[in-house]
Amino acid sequence: MEKTIRKWFMVWDFEKEEEWLNEMALSGWVLDGVGFCSYHFSRCEPGEYTVRLEMHPQDEPYLQFMRDTGAEYVGRMLQWIYFRKKTTEGSFDLFSDIDSRIAHLNKIGRMLSLVGAANLIIGMANTFSPARLGWVNLLCATLLMYALGRIHGKKEALEKERRLHE
Amino acid sequence: MPDSLALTESTYYILLALHTPQHGYGIMQQTEALSGGRVRLAAGTLYGALNALCDKGWILPLPVEDGSRRKEYKLTEKGLQVLRTEVKRLRELADNGERILG
Repeated sequence: MEKTIRKWFMVWDFEKEEEWLNEMALSGWVLDGVGFCSYHFSRCEPGEYTVRLEMHPQDEPYLQFMRDTGAEYVGRMLQWIYFRKKTTEGSFDLFSDIDSRIAHLNKIGRMLSLVGAANLIIGMANTFSPARLGWVNLLCATLLMYALGRIHGKKEALEKERRLHE
Repeated sequence: MPDSLALTESTYYILLALHTPQHGYGIMQQTEALSGGRVRLAAGTLYGALNALCDKGWILPLPVEDGSRRKEYKLTEKGLQVLRTEVKRLRELADNGERILG
């Protein structure tokens, strides 16, 4: 049995997205594929899988490394990749220290800045074009900058922690 | 970065596990066993650390043998030095703690 759920999460809510996917797995629906704002599930035993996601560029050696540790690659949506692992094969986490969590947030931050800057430039260029569609890009740039701020806030909290713990 | 800085717990256990050459999953299992289940290296963290340690020249990947797709790593002479220095530093920390707290 399969089902598809349309849902979307803000980029700074990636932990909530992961939480939701794990709640689905606990209720017997495991992530089987991802699309744009859509999630495909198939039936599983409740709690059979742990699901994890992260922003990571195209990187075949990494996927192979993950498979070697017993994780299954579920799919990719833009820069986000999704994994799942059977709970019987042991605990499953992507990051186990503060440093690598900060590195992950930096990766997200860099992506947001890049896309944000591109929208800003396109937006300004198009403001003076006859089509007058520049505002769309400027709006996107504003949203992306806001997202960057949220990610930065998360990073600062971790950095504060990092001063005392590793 | 000077190499005399303290190692993170992850780095320390990865280097220690690589005293005998092995692949990523082996490092995760050995770290968990050595620390009595306290330290669990997550796959993403380990992958990033392995690449960083290769760049530093503290470990190196072994040529992949036919029939085995898992990449194995080994500690280099430099890595061993770093590890010995760190053990000395940790001993100092523990000794001082015990001396003062009794």
